[in-house]
Amino acid sequence: MSSREKILNAVRANQFNGPALPDIEFLERKGKGTPEKFKTVLSSIGGEVFYINSLDEVSRIVARQFSAISRIVNLVPGIQIPTQETLLENIDPAQLHSVDLALIPAHFAVAENGAVWVTAEDLSPRVIPFICEHLAIVINSGHIVPTMHEAYQLIANYNYGYSVFIAGPSKTADIEQSLVIGAHGPRSLTVFIKV
Amino acid sequence: MEKTSQDHSELAANFNKDEERVDWHDETLWWIRQKRDKNVHQLPEWETLREVASQIKNNVLSRLHIYLKQFEKNATYNGMIVHWAADAAEHNQIVLDLLQGRGVDRMVKSKSMLTEECGLNEFLAEHGVEVVDSDLGERIVQLAKEPPSHIVLPCIHKKKEEIGELFYKYLGTPAGVSDPQILTETARQHLREIFLTRKVALTGVNFAVAETGEFVVCTNEGNADMGAHLADIHIASMGIEKLIPEKKHLGVFLRLLTRSATGQPITTYSSHFKRPSLGKEIHVILVDNGRSIHLGKPDFRESLKCIRCGACMNTCPVYRRSGGHSYHNAVAGPIGSILAPNFDMEKNADLPFASTLCGSCSNVCPVKINIHEQLYKWRQVIVQAGLAPVAKKAGMQVMTAVLSSPGLYNSAGKVGRWVFKYAPFAVNNQLNPWYKQRDLPSAPKQSFKEWYLTNKA
Repeated sequence: MSSREKILNAVRANQFNGPALPDIEFLERKGKGTPEKFKTVLSSIGGEVFYINSLDEVSRIVARQFSAISRIVNLVPGIQIPTQETLLENIDPAQLHSVDLALIPAHFAVAENGAVWVTAEDLSPRVIPFICEHLAIVINSGHIVPTMHEAYQLIANYNYGYSVFIAGPSKTADIEQSLVIGAHGPRSLTVFIKV
Repeated sequence: MEKTSQDHSELAANFNKDEERVDWHDETLWWIRQKRDKNVHQLPEWETLREVASQIKNNVLSRLHIYLKQFEKNATYNGMIVHWAADAAEHNQIVLDLLQGRGVDRMVKSKSMLTEECGLNEFLAEHGVEVVDSDLGERIVQLAKEPPSHIVLPCIHKKKEEIGELFYKYLGTPAGVSDPQILTETARQHLREIFLTRKVALTGVNFAVAETGEFVVCTNEGNADMGAHLADIHIASMGIEKLIPEKKHLGVFLRLLTRSATGQPITTYSSHFKRPSLGKEIHVILVDNGRSIHLGKPDFRESLKCIRCGACMNTCPVYRRSGGHSYHNAVAGPIGSILAPNFDMEKNADLPFASTLCGSCSNVCPVKINIHEQLYKWRQVIVQAGLAPVAKKAGMQVMTAVLSSPGLYNSAGKVGRWVFKYAPFAVNNQLNPWYKQRDLPSAPKQSFKEWYLTNKA
């Protein structure tokens, strides 16, 4: 007998009369999440938020905030950073390790925890938001949900190969619980909210 | 993990020798517990979430064979390769075969308590495969050749000066450097080189969704993603109890997990792996290793609901003052003490006694496992199996005799009060473990019964 059969048989032999799945729709909130709440939470976990009226502003803010950097990768349609590099198709992901700033689009944000939702179709290669020194994400202020329940409602039928909620910069507190920003991933996270 | 013949109280006594460190350990974990409280109290629906999560997990355990098959079908459809491992040895062999099949002898690994349980690193080392743990805390204990002492905070038992010494010895930092900022930066540079050069990455799994055949990995550092996306082959090892039925249930569990673990609203990264990128592979290993037997024990199967947040450790007065290594098990603390006897009751017979049964663990558990009740039940099973420590058994027999005889009980009380008053050295001495690191209050002049008889009028 294969291990698969062995495990399934052993599990089946020990199944019991358990409860039905609970209804969890009542946990969903009516209405949208507010940019203010999102900003408060993201700031508290080390992220920075800028409100912008048009995508043109991003380039100016980037130039101001990240003056000392050279290698910029931009994956947000509608934004043009003068010094951005064009990514070759089939680039070896390891070659991205010296990227200073990556700009990527997100589908929506979650107010309660400061997370934004990003999918693989906007990330080629997938390692971009992790390997860059600094990460900037652009969202639309109309696309903020209050909690994770509405988030999963939104993406219920979304067929991604890979997706990730990103909430703040990479961090660790493994040494004596001292918070250090910039563990393996980005040392900063900037979110542009287009109003 | 390192085997030891010492029991919890002996190992705890060792940890307790450094009183300053014990105080620091105690206060730091309590601080995390307070962060958890602060965050949790912002959600009016917290108790509802716990209840819902508990029901979902109970549903999973009662229909696990269905969900396992559903997950396998959907994950395979998505292009992932699913393996089944009946025990630790089979799991380790599957990993080794995947590596050797491609001529790979180096692997990067993010946090996985399951691989600790299976002794994967040691096994691979014996077969000439080098494994580098990429979670900072895990890398630190790996350099120190120790197991993690906490499932979420692997090196919480270490002081920064000791970590500085390890980095001086292995990673080339100058002697005497202990600034967490500098040490973390050093680890970042060291591990970056590892991420960029490893062809195989192994991660744990926080949740696997039967409905969609995807799995979710949560980290703050980003190390799971760095490893997985830069490698050609991603191996994800999971216990079969990590399944949840539907994607929308992630909303419930991701709201509970990190608030309970560290008092953050969510981890920095909650990564959903569903299909490999073009030209890459994702292998999922479903591991039983005793879980299916555990499932057949009605008194104890609820511990399989655990989502490994560590909240029960942070709140436990015994864990905080005895340290994770005193539990001699991959998972320490209250939850480890009810999981471990399922694997090996004889070896872990001491663990259910390493508790005050105060119930704080059950109160903070995000999936409402009745941890302290299971600790109490395990004690009964262990005593009935004749596995209780000799001194404890003798003591219990004396207690039984005294408590079942009113005459003996009254005179024992009188003698006890007399001894406390006139001859405290008879009990407060090195032979009595009760007095290690603590004292008893002075004895009352009379028993309640004597007081009542004098005052009842």
